[in-house]
Amino acid sequence: MIEINHLTKRFEQFTAVNDLSFTVGEGEVLGFLGPNGAGKSTTMKIITGFLAPTSGSVTVDGHDLASDALAAKALMGYLPEGAPSYGDMTTLAFLRFVAEVRGYRGAELDRRVERVLAQVELEAVALQKIETLSKGFKRRVGLAQAIMHDPKLLILDEPTDGLDPNQKQHVRELIKNLARDKIVIISTHILEEVSAVCTRAIIIAAGRVVADGTPSELEARSHYHQAVSLRLSESYDVAADLASLDCIAGIEVDAEDALGLRILARDGKSIYSQVSHLAQEKDWPIEELHVTRGQLEDLFKQVTAGGAQHG
Amino acid sequence: MGSLGIIFRRELASYFATPLAYIFIVIFLITNGIFTFELGGFFLRGQADLLPFFSFHPWLYLFMVPAIAMTLWADERKTGTIELLLTLPIRLADAVLGKFLAAWALTGIALGLTFPIWLTVNYLGDPDNGVIAAGYLGSWFMAGGFLAIGSCMSAATKNSVIAFILTVTLCFLFVIMGSPILLDAFPDWVPQAAVDAFAAMGFLTHFDSISKGVLEWRDFLFFTVFIGAWLFASAIVIEIKKAN
Repeated sequence: MIEINHLTKRFEQFTAVNDLSFTVGEGEVLGFLGPNGAGKSTTMKIITGFLAPTSGSVTVDGHDLASDALAAKALMGYLPEGAPSYGDMTTLAFLRFVAEVRGYRGAELDRRVERVLAQVELEAVALQKIETLSKGFKRRVGLAQAIMHDPKLLILDEPTDGLDPNQKQHVRELIKNLARDKIVIISTHILEEVSAVCTRAIIIAAGRVVADGTPSELEARSHYHQAVSLRLSESYDVAADLASLDCIAGIEVDAEDALGLRILARDGKSIYSQVSHLAQEKDWPIEELHVTRGQLEDLFKQVTAGGAQHG
Repeated sequence: MGSLGIIFRRELASYFATPLAYIFIVIFLITNGIFTFELGGFFLRGQADLLPFFSFHPWLYLFMVPAIAMTLWADERKTGTIELLLTLPIRLADAVLGKFLAAWALTGIALGLTFPIWLTVNYLGDPDNGVIAAGYLGSWFMAGGFLAIGSCMSAATKNSVIAFILTVTLCFLFVIMGSPILLDAFPDWVPQAAVDAFAAMGFLTHFDSISKGVLEWRDFLFFTVFIGAWLFASAIVIEIKKAN
């Protein structure tokens, strides 16, 4: 379990992380979201012990990062942003170096290195210098060093950035497989990734948590959750008819198509049956009618645009 | 092997993985030869010692050692590998010392490869090999002093060229601190003790006595403490600067 307590990080005038607290337990895959500059990477750097917080504490399985840093770091695997590695080394030499630092020797070291090479499919480039590798391979090298010691806590800063769709899929599968008995924290701004691999998501803005829940809970908090989307075949004043329904929160007209409408549900409750009933009753000229699910993207916009307005 | 040894080996291997180590060694040997034979009048002096060889080392190191030292930390910060290195379960002290020792070993290898000149004086005459050994050791310690300054300067910036210029400037200052020209320039009202203290910080003061065969533990202590202090400063600078 990793506990983050009242973490604050100030850089001279600027507060990057502001009184951040959360706890992640075993088996959870946490998606850590936020707009650029929200303090995601800074938080990651503090959790991994690279930066010291201005105040607050981080505890990994009971090891305090400030007083017991080596023990805490030994439990973590970290893929820093941009997957840095020593370019003048070969993939194999680099991974052997990391394995050695992680305390493996002899046959165990060989076994560990071989295993991660297979896991992230790097065998083909094992003897190539890292600086000659493509971006996708470099990222996989970074991932390989992070999972070398089968860490209790895996922290990945934008793990699929720069990968092609197949590689992305592969990395996500890998994360899912690894996640069973681990804590995984992934920072990303690819929201589909959160729905695909995460069991929980935290959205931060201006260094504070503005949303925390499972991806579906967060989707449900979107204004568009349970909204009914419809397309008319000709112009018709739907709003006048809808005034009689009090489960409606509002109506939005599609910016590109005046005949496309979205009827927003109040409090995320289902309104489909009422709306379709009304449509039949008043005989709306309907071409298309369906319920939309809330999108994480919508909530993301809601909670991060213009400061912390809670959605 | 502890993490100090692992880092030492990785760093040393990376010097030899690129042409850097070979270029450094070759240039070091060539310039050493030119200085010793052309400028130092090695043969004309008619003496079987290596004084002309050693006396140019401070000036040779002044440009060559900062060239090795400049990448020590600046490159780690520039490429972001510092984040990888310092989130591994190792102590910062091991990282600082391991990197320094690897660079110091490279200068040691280059210095060791000047052995033909030692063979030459032994062939031509009957030198005091104890004095020569002291000279080699002193020269290597002095290189360590330059490197330690370089380590700290390299930690202070992402730009290795800036690190190089800062290191050369500081090293130059420490070299000339003990030189008579500078010491004579002090006005009379400056107390002698202050001038002595100033001179005692100079590399030449310590290196000259070692290379003449005066093996005093104080001179080695000076370089050891000097290296330790600058490496300690490196660690502090890394802690402060790693955030940006």
